[in-house]
Amino acid sequence: MLIVLDPGMLTTIQDAGRWGYQAYGVPVSGAMDLPALRAANQLVHNPPDEAALEIHSPVILQTNTPHLIAVTGAHARLEINGRALPLWMSVFARAGATIEIAPKRAGGWVYLAIHGGIDVPRILGSRSTFLRGKFGGLEGRALAIGDQISVGAPTIGDLVAAAGHGVERHVQPQSEIRIVLGPHDDWFTPEAITALTQAEFILAETADRMGYRLRGTGLMRSRTQELLSCGVPLGAIQVPPDGQPIILMADHQTTGGYPIIATVIAEDMASVAETAPGDRFKFRVATATEQSISRLRNRQSAHKRPQCDLTIPCSNGNISPL
Amino acid sequence: MIHTPPRLLPAGDHALLIEFADEIDDAINDRVHALAHTLRSQYHPAIRDLAPAYSSLLVCYDPGCALFTEMCALVQGVIESLETYPPPQPRCIEIPTRYGGEFGPDLVFVAQHNGITPDEALRLHTSVVYRVYFVGFAPGFAYLGSVPEQIAVPRLETPRTHVPAGSVGIAGRQTGVYPMDSPGGWRIIGRTALTLFDANCDPPTRLRAGDRVQFVAL
Repeated sequence: MLIVLDPGMLTTIQDAGRWGYQAYGVPVSGAMDLPALRAANQLVHNPPDEAALEIHSPVILQTNTPHLIAVTGAHARLEINGRALPLWMSVFARAGATIEIAPKRAGGWVYLAIHGGIDVPRILGSRSTFLRGKFGGLEGRALAIGDQISVGAPTIGDLVAAAGHGVERHVQPQSEIRIVLGPHDDWFTPEAITALTQAEFILAETADRMGYRLRGTGLMRSRTQELLSCGVPLGAIQVPPDGQPIILMADHQTTGGYPIIATVIAEDMASVAETAPGDRFKFRVATATEQSISRLRNRQSAHKRPQCDLTIPCSNGNISPL
Repeated sequence: MIHTPPRLLPAGDHALLIEFADEIDDAINDRVHALAHTLRSQYHPAIRDLAPAYSSLLVCYDPGCALFTEMCALVQGVIESLETYPPPQPRCIEIPTRYGGEFGPDLVFVAQHNGITPDEALRLHTSVVYRVYFVGFAPGFAYLGSVPEQIAVPRLETPRTHVPAGSVGIAGRQTGVYPMDSPGGWRIIGRTALTLFDANCDPPTRLRAGDRVQFVAL
């Protein structure tokens, strides 16, 4: 069990998302930086899509039993009983240990996975917290001081021997984000398309789990009528009438009425997520080859997922009947 | 405008938007849900989620399992065979509603805006059997249409910061019920005590696409 001494702000339980319920208006949610969540789980011998703590500001936790843990994601300071330890490595924490995790800059998403997984009920097939809906994770809310977080039973005998294994940091936030134009690129002027792929954008302060607002050249429409509401995917670059784009993130609403000029490819979403307010980046249209390579990488990681886990995105078992 | 054949548009390398039309049309909405239903019942391993709306369907797929071109081929094949799947018999759901007063602070405005009495506005709102075009935006929020022209109203210029769960609102010719406390810009004419969303049930919503809905004044 983990005891929360300092919950930080907006620390939540997240897994790989609540897939299959968008037809009921339920957002997917899940980890903002999915490759980091999966790496943390693999380091502690969990199925890769298992639930972990998503940390956005400094937290302090205490163990009351021995645990194998791993911290991944954005740059952060990890200390166990005051001793600094590396991220992207499995670490043994004895009973009574104090674990401190502090992201090094604002805007980063850090993951703490724990062998056995976080034991909260699955709601609609997932343990992810959806704060606006007040469900999932720990009673649908962020962690609070004094919370006791149950951990699943260990499946390996020697936690100490499993510690000390590392992986390379997966995602380096990149300054060039790959996109596919559309679905509504024909709603924009040619100048807007050129600006999107050539100008620099700055991530605004208003960046949360729902969406990242950008500042830059205004992207102007060539059509003035209102778009009929339609389903919107993760990574959609929506453009409200003021022309300043918003990238839809994990907790985004299921349908929207702003035209989508382009959509970030799945592989680059972790990089977007780990961008901090004030950072600059550019968009580039992904080539067909890049999309195929991205597919192969996604497929390789998909093959590592154990087939018994109901949250695997490839499984249709969690797509509920109409 | 109705697109024949439907337009298949990429949304990243992980979603496909199928546009049947750019207008609200009951027959088109039936086709959207027939396509969603068929794709869901065929259990394609690449498909992760489906988000139907008025006249379009978003198909979210695993980019590790399929490319856009493969998804297009799959969807086109299903669209061609759609005629053989008639829409299921709709369910009819009554929503008992208290109109006006503290439960419906905008009922008087809706009436005055259209030059009728609040009682007439109430009667008009309960006189129509509405269609659930889709559930979206927020968990359990059903887009219902269409209200009679005589009670159509524009949204609030400044949305309320707090609309209580169960509030029944009108925006343009759409009507709907807020499933949970939230901010909102629709004109609120009444409130129901029905629970519209429960995350502990599966499916979690009382109203589902294709349902017919009638409001009953208490």
